[in-house]
Amino acid sequence: MDMETDQIYQIDVGNLLAFNPNHRFSSAPSSREELVKECVTEGTKLVQAIADTLFNLPSTETNDGPLVQLPPPSTKLPREKHLPRPKPPTKWEEFALKKGIQKRKKDKIVYDETTDKFKRRHGYDRVNDDNDIPIIEAKASDEPGEDPFAKRLDDKKKRVGKQEKNRLENLKSAAKAGALPSHVQLAVTGLPISGTKAQPKKIGKEALGDVAGLAATSTASGGKFDKKLPGEKPPKKQGKHHKYLPVVPRYGWVDEEKEQTNKVLGKLLSKHSHEILNVGKAINMYNDKKEKKKSGRSDKLKAKKDITKKKPYANKAN
Amino acid sequence: MMEIRTPKTHKAKRVLEKRAPKLVENGKRTLILHGTKTSATLSSVLMELYRLKKGGAIKYSRRNENIRPFESGGETSLEFFSQKTDCSIFAYGSHTKKRPDNLVLGRMYDHHVYDLIEVGIENFKSLLSFSYDKKIAPHEGSKPFICFTGEGFENVPELKQLKEVLTDLFRGEVVDNLNLTGLDRAYICSAVSPTKVFLTHCAIKLKKSGTIVPRIELVEVGPSMDLVIRRNRLPNEGLRKEAMKSSKDKPKKKVKNVDQDDVLGKRGRIFIPEQEVGKTPLPDKSKGVKRERREGKLKKKNKEEGSASKKHKKSE
Repeated sequence: MDMETDQIYQIDVGNLLAFNPNHRFSSAPSSREELVKECVTEGTKLVQAIADTLFNLPSTETNDGPLVQLPPPSTKLPREKHLPRPKPPTKWEEFALKKGIQKRKKDKIVYDETTDKFKRRHGYDRVNDDNDIPIIEAKASDEPGEDPFAKRLDDKKKRVGKQEKNRLENLKSAAKAGALPSHVQLAVTGLPISGTKAQPKKIGKEALGDVAGLAATSTASGGKFDKKLPGEKPPKKQGKHHKYLPVVPRYGWVDEEKEQTNKVLGKLLSKHSHEILNVGKAINMYNDKKEKKKSGRSDKLKAKKDITKKKPYANKAN
Repeated sequence: MMEIRTPKTHKAKRVLEKRAPKLVENGKRTLILHGTKTSATLSSVLMELYRLKKGGAIKYSRRNENIRPFESGGETSLEFFSQKTDCSIFAYGSHTKKRPDNLVLGRMYDHHVYDLIEVGIENFKSLLSFSYDKKIAPHEGSKPFICFTGEGFENVPELKQLKEVLTDLFRGEVVDNLNLTGLDRAYICSAVSPTKVFLTHCAIKLKKSGTIVPRIELVEVGPSMDLVIRRNRLPNEGLRKEAMKSSKDKPKKKVKNVDQDDVLGKRGRIFIPEQEVGKTPLPDKSKGVKRERREGKLKKKNKEEGSASKKHKKSE
């Protein structure tokens, strides 16, 4: 600390930081070199002030040089990440707390009574290994056809599965509280389907080949002129699909063909038939037919007409 | 539908643990990148900043067109990069007609933008243009002194923010023990006017003085530039409060091989490795033998001389 009354520097030894709030730079700029020199001299004073405190700290001698213990920094700077959040207790921990169950440390070596030896609890040649049981005695409750060894394996699988599920649930609640352990990530493997828990079926190779055939039915030509990629199978029913109704109605069944024609007639003769029927177009078609009949030959055999000349039409929509 | 994923290698686990939020944090790393256009001065500024902060900085060389720190949607790329590289400070340089030689210094909290300050660079002098004795050149990664001069840093809010950002940028790691021989650099920032800060980087020469405290001499080595304050963005009050929170508890240090017993009190365990007496490597005495023999010879000679002189004296 500088002993002049006006010049007290704010020194933060932990950060090796010094601040001189009292120096005033002249508003009239002297030359650049002068300014730089002034800044460096002021800086030197500040560094000297820090060094004064630094070299007076208790130091230990090491091979590389004197080592000092720095005090913690006094200027508060914002953190880069949030403080670690406390983990919510797991379901077992809650239960244990409620029941008053204490955690007991398990020994690594346990006495095995079948062979009078001390064996390790987990790992190679362990106590109570499932594979080492030679005989399982049958109880009255056992069914005759059941394999007790397979049953033991099955039970273990179920227990392990349940434990995994519980672990997942605990991690989910920890993730909800923002306290997931740093090395664990919860990954979503499929899209959530509301209502059902079924997984969406994956389309197989054969079904993919039929897709092109399915799409071909939507085209007017029945997929005859569609470009085919390698691997696509031809549509199952080739050509156009027509639905022909039975001419002779089945006994007791509705005459479908009659129904069809009645429907069309009904629409034509209804109140709103002018909306369905394009009268102008109908008249044109009728007139054309008449003309063709009159001339007796088709238009294709006639000599090419001069299209600039307008053909006098009889009567348009009258 | 959810799956627990844990790292399969030890290295991956260590990386994840390093990046996790902790009570005592690692030093902040800096991300240096630039926008669509950079000028010559700006690219050298970014390069030299990277060199000064080598070991704690990452420099991207490609241009980034969609980063606009001051616009609401333009920070997503920055936040993504911050997440990927675990960098909490960034220096984004861009050069436009309206804002020539523009440098945006920003900090992140939880990989979201915390605060920003935009400065323009003037009168830049590269570190290659300074000539000095190479022996005093500062070593990479040494802890610097940071000095601020000028009342502007206290009175003007933008300069106050700049002071905080520069401290964060240059600070490096927070250490408990410091080797006094490794102090070789200092950053001097002077508020020459309410909008301009002169920043320079100097090497430290320790000269003998009468006391334990050596006399400090600063020699300008590094880049020097004028920073002109342009825009800034302060953090929201709520975010600031949360970021400044510090926990009172110290990180738990596991004490191993000590147990407390009610009967015997505090007990410790010492492990001694097996001593293989036959296999201990004996020191190679050949050189020492030579020296000892030489010294022995010298001693004898002195003795003889001494006795000879005595004899001489006696005889006289």
